[in-house]
Amino acid sequence: MARKLPRKDVVVVGLGWTGSILSYELAKQGLDVVAIERGPWRDTASDFPPGYGQDELRYGVRLDMFLRPEQETLTVRNKMSETALPVRKFAGFLPGNGVGGAGLHWNGQTWRFLPSDFNLRTHITERYGASKIPEDMTIQDWPVTYDELEPYYDRFEKLAGISGKAGNLNGKIQPGGNPFEGWRSSEYPTPPLKQNYGSALFAEAAKKMGYAPFPRPSGNISEGYTNPLGVTMGQCTYCGFCERFGCGNYSKSSPQVCVLPALMRLPNFAVQTESEVTRINLDNTGKKATGVTYVDTSGEEWEQPADLVLVCAFSLFNVRLLLLSGIGAPYDPQSGKGVVGRNYAYQTTSGVSVILKDKVLNNFIATGSGGMMIDEFNGDNFDHKDLDFIGGGYIGSGQTGARPITTRPVPKGTPRWGSQWKKATAETYNRAYNIGTHGSSYSYRDCYLDLDPTYKDRLGRPLMRMTFDFHDNEIKMSQFLTDKTAEIMKTLDPVELTASPRKGPWNSTIYQTTHNTGGTVMGNDPKDSVVNRYCQSWDVSNVFVPGGASVFPQNAGYNPTGTVGALAYWTADAIKNRYLKNPGPLV
Amino acid sequence: MMKRSLLVSVVLSLSFAGAARAQEDPKGYDRVEKGRYLSVLGDCAGCHTAPGGKPFAGGLALDTPFGRLLAPNITPDPETGIGRMSDSDFVAALHEGRGHNGRRLYPAMPYPAYTKMSRDDVLALRSYFRTVQPVSNAVEPNQLPFPFNIRLSMAFWNWLNFTPGRFQPNPQKSDEWNRGAYLVEGPAHCGTCHTPKTALGGDKTSVALSGATLQGWFAPDITANNHKGIGAWTKEELVAYLKTGANKHTLASGPMAEAITNSTSQMSDEDLNAIAAYLKDSRPSDGSKPQALAAGDATMRAGAAIYKDACAACHKDNGSGETHLFPKLAGSAIVQSDDPATLAHVVLNGARAVGTAGAPTAPAMPGFDWRLSDAQIAAVLTYIRNSWGNAAPAVAASAVKSQRESSAH
Repeated sequence: MARKLPRKDVVVVGLGWTGSILSYELAKQGLDVVAIERGPWRDTASDFPPGYGQDELRYGVRLDMFLRPEQETLTVRNKMSETALPVRKFAGFLPGNGVGGAGLHWNGQTWRFLPSDFNLRTHITERYGASKIPEDMTIQDWPVTYDELEPYYDRFEKLAGISGKAGNLNGKIQPGGNPFEGWRSSEYPTPPLKQNYGSALFAEAAKKMGYAPFPRPSGNISEGYTNPLGVTMGQCTYCGFCERFGCGNYSKSSPQVCVLPALMRLPNFAVQTESEVTRINLDNTGKKATGVTYVDTSGEEWEQPADLVLVCAFSLFNVRLLLLSGIGAPYDPQSGKGVVGRNYAYQTTSGVSVILKDKVLNNFIATGSGGMMIDEFNGDNFDHKDLDFIGGGYIGSGQTGARPITTRPVPKGTPRWGSQWKKATAETYNRAYNIGTHGSSYSYRDCYLDLDPTYKDRLGRPLMRMTFDFHDNEIKMSQFLTDKTAEIMKTLDPVELTASPRKGPWNSTIYQTTHNTGGTVMGNDPKDSVVNRYCQSWDVSNVFVPGGASVFPQNAGYNPTGTVGALAYWTADAIKNRYLKNPGPLV
Repeated sequence: MMKRSLLVSVVLSLSFAGAARAQEDPKGYDRVEKGRYLSVLGDCAGCHTAPGGKPFAGGLALDTPFGRLLAPNITPDPETGIGRMSDSDFVAALHEGRGHNGRRLYPAMPYPAYTKMSRDDVLALRSYFRTVQPVSNAVEPNQLPFPFNIRLSMAFWNWLNFTPGRFQPNPQKSDEWNRGAYLVEGPAHCGTCHTPKTALGGDKTSVALSGATLQGWFAPDITANNHKGIGAWTKEELVAYLKTGANKHTLASGPMAEAITNSTSQMSDEDLNAIAAYLKDSRPSDGSKPQALAAGDATMRAGAAIYKDACAACHKDNGSGETHLFPKLAGSAIVQSDDPATLAHVVLNGARAVGTAGAPTAPAMPGFDWRLSDAQIAAVLTYIRNSWGNAAPAVAASAVKSQRESSAH
């Protein structure tokens, strides 16, 4: 029997980017807010100071900051005809664990989606006709437009101090920026990072071919910055320990660095760590949430009553929590009915690795989100009329690190160990690098999340089941992007060039990206969405899913965090300016 | 909610109605509020509230060079607090260092500073302490060894070190300066930490505010000395430091972090400006800038290598640090202080800056005790003290060693 706690105005499930932004915005309004976080408290000063934060074995290899499968896992399969098996070691994607969530261990690549990404189905249909969209592809328009979200992108970028160069200021194209981006109301809060040699070489080659390279928008910031909450960030040191690590230099944007110092000072905010929310409780009508139940590490159950429940966990676990709580109809791929778990999507990445002849690249001088990119082949920035796919991605040289345990490039045919391998490692380490493509992943009828019929977690609850595979459209797109990348890199006359376009089937044991999207999709119609345009549950109006990537109807050719942050602010405003004045369905 | 605003408006209207008599009415809102603010100026909570304890219920241990004292319970509890203390007893405690029944207090209670406070301010403080929640918490303040446990010994101490008497304004100076002088010398008792002490723990008044070592930290020179004091700071920077714990030069940590949290960050801007005006106008302490050690010196070369490896990522190659995040080492007064106690303390144990509403980040520096030897820490500190225009005596490994030993327990 759960022990009942005193009522709060708001309970927030998960204290990552969205949880901390919503907590701050609502606590500032005077509401009593409690956040419940499955993992531990994590703090820049005590958890990853620069004295030992750059420990590749502990964080990069042994994955110290990540979710353990014994805490929570899921089952996976490629096809509906297969039996899904549990992930017993996270590898293909790595969910975070603890305060800060994915916003702590990420690289910091902070993009906006293209305006045409938001009205995708309409846009493709208008430009190419409805037949361009494969029959089993379930892409749909977002219920918000780029123009509506622009001020919220801007707020998130200012919160996080993002470094970059605008390419489109209020409709006017700016030299040096991304000419394809949607209009921006202001320049980035901090100037672009310095580029390492490999990125400069890529940019030079791309420019010669007529493309417009630009610095990647970065949450590893180029100079000291104090954000609107009064919190200060420091200049990036280019140490090359971003993804999988915390930043002890206060240089990587994260909830810890950008929000928590201000949030934790608010007396009407509290956080309960190492406590997993097991379900959202509903009253007897099933239309109103009464709070949540959580279990602490000693196994004790607690009930936290609250007027408003904000589901701010990692995208996959948002979906599972709604499924376990019976909020919204579960998606059924056979009938196409139901919505929770529908339109799961991923990201289609690929790369071209090269070994250069006589260049010393010093790749260890690196940042998680530095690099030079081109956007000519993203979204619908290029004509797909004569191509047999839709979608696209950015291409670029982003050197995120050359950490000594895991960075061992050698030419093809080198033995895997011994003196030859050592010699090749020494010769190649400083001359090799990888150019990536970061492609969209559109949604399909047979890519979805539901509850597994067989496997249960330690509390006896069914695991979530993921059914996902790459489809032809994405495979063809990846081939196209990879070919374009190879074309550019060939001009550098490399000793060796290896192009690796993404091929099916999807393999969950090889790390690709942690950009899992969809499952609690936002939309204008309850028939094909779980939450409305304000990220509010259609079924239970005091439950919001404020902007986790689980609300994306499909995934664009960009990293999701910029859009996640924008939607968090968008939802916070909707709650503050609309919901609190008149609680109930906003649409 | 409704009830509360009703109550507030009743209180407000009462206080308006009583405004004319507020000065005389020791229970009036204005009087109690004035006393509350004086308790902030005096940082009473700093000693009389134990960590996690009820406000002013006592119990915080003060380790003095003479032994341990516990701050007493100053809530109005009649048995264990000061509920039965008369007004004149209260005044005697602050002005003369005499407690109940004339028992002599130990000067860990800064009565040598509080004696400067006006009788009116002391009585306002008294009014406030009548309104705090009474807490039953028996504290035996005196835990000193013989002979210091004999309170009468304080009569001798007072004869040597204590000059009772109210603050006397200087008619040559502005009102702001005089207010600052009153605060620094009286309620804010800055000299209690920042003024060097005699062998018996009395203030060396001739070198007031020129810095002193206590509890493993060096409370820096806060005179207008350009090199080791606050002489190079503008008035605005000094105000920013006291208000937020951070300015473009440095961030507060250690015991000053507590003083900022409990006291200076809650002072009015007028009072902070007054303090800054007074300190900026203070006579600079003695000691001109010494000759910096040569960069080619063996210790300097070793220190430079350690600095590059362990410090430069945050404090930068040129010692410029990062505003509001990593203190600037170039030109820093604390870096160039004669006594390197704070520097050794911070490098060994790390430090966390204070977080305030104005500067909430509260960044931290990790400890290096597990990674650097005494000689290495001495070398890197010597390098920092003699680079980028800094100049200060070399740090001895033995100084780091004794700091390491004293922070180990």
